[in-house]
Amino acid sequence: MGAARTLLARDLRLALRSGGGAGLGLAFFLIVVLLVPLGVGPEQSRLAPLAPGILWVAALLACLLSLDRLFQADWEDGVLDVLALAPLPLEAVVAVKALAHWLTTGLPLVLLAPVLAVTLNLPAVAFPWLIASLAIGTPALSFLGAIGAAVTVGVRRGGLLLSVLVLPLYVPSLIFGAEAVAAAGAGESLTPLLLLAGLTLFILAAAPFAAAAALRVNLR
Amino acid sequence: MTPEPDPRAESRLPPDTSPGLGVTDLACRRDGRLVFSGLSFHLAPGEARLLRGPNGVGKSSLLRVLAGLVPPAAGRVTLDGITPRDADAWAEQVAYAGHLDAVKPQLTVAENLRFWSGILGARDIAPALASLDLAAIADRTAASCSAGQKRRLGLARLLLAERRLWLLDEPTVALDAATVARFTRIVAAHLAGGGMALIATHVDLDLPAGPPLVMAPPARGDDVGADPFLAGNFA
Repeated sequence: MGAARTLLARDLRLALRSGGGAGLGLAFFLIVVLLVPLGVGPEQSRLAPLAPGILWVAALLACLLSLDRLFQADWEDGVLDVLALAPLPLEAVVAVKALAHWLTTGLPLVLLAPVLAVTLNLPAVAFPWLIASLAIGTPALSFLGAIGAAVTVGVRRGGLLLSVLVLPLYVPSLIFGAEAVAAAGAGESLTPLLLLAGLTLFILAAAPFAAAAALRVNLR
Repeated sequence: MTPEPDPRAESRLPPDTSPGLGVTDLACRRDGRLVFSGLSFHLAPGEARLLRGPNGVGKSSLLRVLAGLVPPAAGRVTLDGITPRDADAWAEQVAYAGHLDAVKPQLTVAENLRFWSGILGARDIAPALASLDLAAIADRTAASCSAGQKRRLGLARLLLAERRLWLLDEPTVALDAATVARFTRIVAAHLAGGGMALIATHVDLDLPAGPPLVMAPPARGDDVGADPFLAGNFA
């Protein structure tokens, strides 16, 4: 437990220091969402139905932005070699690093999303559903992304390859997440939200093992 | 072409229960290329061996196999009856210092060491700072340290946790003469406490070491793997 806490504290500290890129995803999210009314036009009737999908797609892309450095930075300076030999299992290393990624990327998106939803004219009734769907769905984005980051850790400029690998895996989260917000607007239904929660739980349980296996191969 | 090393050969070898590190008929394959094969040696408690050989002969690969990062293609490795397959028990016995220093440039010297002490099982970092003469630069970011200072910081990690076998890959690169002497004394103290060390190096270290372990490049033709595709035979 102590080792996991040490790793989490270090990853959060590195993300918040200069060059850590914690604010980058958030700024990207903000800009993408604010561009949409400029392109589509400000009419409420046109923006409101698009809002859940836009917010979710922007969240996916913002999440991808910092994923390529998740393991690569530690791989390049040899830290990953020593972590692989530490008493902490590599699966736990993956889980802690993905958690740190969510805390510095996903969580700020959840908190900023309601503010941006106003600019997209999302109906007020859907706000709690937006926050809930992002809070439940974004952890899965960090953990699924960890698999892609582990596979591409040894690839120079692997960020693009990572996006191509990971974005298709995000499709179920995107569908259920956006549907949960849209369903709230038009007579609420818990089903998409529950499916999203189940999906996230499955990914949280399975992804650390898949990513650790990929890292072990890349450390050879 | 040499016969393919058989991964199942390990089970046919008699169990090695003698104290210390036993390496029997070890082979390593990386990217389909046989790096070395048929390597056998023994390291008794309190003993150090220097690992010698030209560049690219597989010194680093051997250290990574012994660390448990790379699975061997054939042969067996035991340390007091433990094998690298038992990853948790193995990790408690070995410390690996590769040619990368495992130092985060954004963190200070003390923060780097405190991170490793937290990961490897808490121990006060003050003795490690003092042993490698890092106390004066403890609050500097590692990015502003020289290559030699970063190397000292990487080596200080060895002192944080008790590990019996030290696997050191070119530990003296970038170190000045005084620090090499200081580091030699640290390794000697580790050996005096019953520890073992395998050190890949091109310089002479003043250590109570056994005869150097010289690795020779494989004969021509040996370096092509058994996989016909990787050997370039696509037909």
